[in-house]
Amino acid sequence: MSTPLDLVFEKTRAENRAALIAYIPAGFPSLEGCKKVIRALSDAGVDALEIGFPYSDPVMDGPTIQEAADISLREGTGAAEVFQTVKFAHEIGLPTVVMTYWNPIERYGVQAFALEMARNGGSGVVTPDLTIEESRGWKSAAENAGINTIYVLAPSTTAKRLGVVTSQCSGFVYAASLMGVTGTRTTISSGAKELVTRIRTTTTTPIAVGLGVSTRDQAKDVAGFADGVIVGSAFIKILLDAPDEITGLSRVSELAKELALGVRQGR
Amino acid sequence: MTIHELPEAIGHFGPYGGRFVPEALIGALEELEQAHNRALIDPVFQAELSHLHATYTGRPSIITEAQRFAEHAGGARIFLKREDLNHTGSHKINNVLGQALLTKRMGKKRIIAETGAGQHGVASATAAALFGLECVVYMGEEDTKRQSLNVARMKILGAEVVPVTAGSRTLKDAVNEAMRDWVTNVDTTHYLLGTVAGPHPFPTMVRDFQKIIGEESRRQMLELLGRLPDAVLACIGGGSNAIGIFHAFIPDTQVRLIGFEAGGDGVETGRHAATITGGSPGVLHGTRSYVLQDSNGQTVESHSISAGLDYPGVGPEHAYLNDIGRAEYRAITDSQAMRAFDLFSKAEGIIPAIESAHALAGAMIVGKELGPEAILLINLSGRGDKDVETAARYFGIPL
Repeated sequence: MSTPLDLVFEKTRAENRAALIAYIPAGFPSLEGCKKVIRALSDAGVDALEIGFPYSDPVMDGPTIQEAADISLREGTGAAEVFQTVKFAHEIGLPTVVMTYWNPIERYGVQAFALEMARNGGSGVVTPDLTIEESRGWKSAAENAGINTIYVLAPSTTAKRLGVVTSQCSGFVYAASLMGVTGTRTTISSGAKELVTRIRTTTTTPIAVGLGVSTRDQAKDVAGFADGVIVGSAFIKILLDAPDEITGLSRVSELAKELALGVRQGR
Repeated sequence: MTIHELPEAIGHFGPYGGRFVPEALIGALEELEQAHNRALIDPVFQAELSHLHATYTGRPSIITEAQRFAEHAGGARIFLKREDLNHTGSHKINNVLGQALLTKRMGKKRIIAETGAGQHGVASATAAALFGLECVVYMGEEDTKRQSLNVARMKILGAEVVPVTAGSRTLKDAVNEAMRDWVTNVDTTHYLLGTVAGPHPFPTMVRDFQKIIGEESRRQMLELLGRLPDAVLACIGGGSNAIGIFHAFIPDTQVRLIGFEAGGDGVETGRHAATITGGSPGVLHGTRSYVLQDSNGQTVESHSISAGLDYPGVGPEHAYLNDIGRAEYRAITDSQAMRAFDLFSKAEGIIPAIESAHALAGAMIVGKELGPEAILLINLSGRGDKDVETAARYFGIPL
């Protein structure tokens, strides 16, 4: 059975373009504020959404997402709020996955988390610190719930390991463009294209590139070789820097529109 | 590929341990695991490390009987394994020299480390100076204040100390920052983790470099008394000194192994760092073990007067030893530890690290439980020079 996320990639492939995927932590800048951002992203042409489960020890994230996660945690965001946000995005028609460090899933209950994701209309979960060696329980829970399992690959991943990981991915394969933490970069490393090319030899699952993309030109570049472009820190930085909510939302919308044009120009 | 064909989980102690890290680190962890496995059976490596132990660290460390302090511990005979006499003042150097040798073998030129009390940071800076490596130490800003002397020591040794201002500004946040550095610079850099936590192979490798403490003291106790102690005691934060002295005694099931966690203001107050006593199973910093966490799996800040024990996680092997009943873990409050610190200093003429004072406070309780016939072996993991300022403030001694 296909998830809404699977259908997004079927559509964008038919249109011969890449999908634009936006990342925002649940509860940031506030529980309700986050919903406004999601609506703005959806209206601006974002194809799919990645909702972050804010975590106290985000070792894969740079200062921007750390700050957003801190704000969200102070707002009291937990699993209930994450699922509520997933439900909201689903209801406005935006295919949605959750990105979370592993411990919140383990604490919630592996089976229960997968089922609750599905119940709220979520398509899948990105698990950046769950190695495939540790993912037996999660894989079977996710399959049982009918949601996608998305693992992250890095430029350092060996050829032998690539195929093993991609064989466990559904929805899309998350290709980290560089060795490092999340955050905007002035250039997209050449490693991204090389990694995508290497991944292609192992799977037909769509490949989305994340880490460092923040401009239309970068989105266009990445769209030239990947099936999806993931943008997170750039939106969050706008919201952190905005003098007020309305300005923040309109700037987010502007950037999302630019990026949406970018992902349509790559090929 | 079906679920059954997934690769086997590795580095487990029962349900604990494993590898929960970004994919970017897998290559480096595999490289490290291979380097360590080769070193274990390489006589050249072992000879090099033994030579450093003998001519640089000052091993084997001696055993001292604490006769006057024994009066505060129900009259039990108390023997101290003197890791405080090692070069740099604690057991941390044992692991650091081993990993620095591995760093050299892997051809890396830069090490990074996290530190709480500063003991591991000082030991890392020392090894970096000795081996000509670049060294960056991440330390919570809060800890740089309460351990300013060790910050200066690291700088004198040529290391860069980066104060971490994220989160609770203590050891946990220093580990986060070190892991972010490692993800970014993994090609050139070895993360010289200081305790038996973190992703596989760290819990196993650090234990292998620390187990010399127990191997020596088991032999020394047999030579000295012709018998093994009734109980082996150690303080426990991440758990490297504790696993170091426990490990050789694990097969001796008549010997009780007791770890003393930092109880802070008391486990019942929630302001503590007693992870096994007051925490629950979870994943933190790449390994599954006991963790101080809330109902959403967020790490809860730990509290302890001792910067070196102020950590909301604990090594996975301890979690396993606890669950199978081979070792016991209890909490010692700040005030119990500081009372032992004071009594011990005055009774023995040895100022212990506040970390180690938790084990001494534990001895005062266990000695009374077991009575004057009992023989206790305590790992005196570090000396208290770095804690003079904290202790002076605690006891109201003008500086």
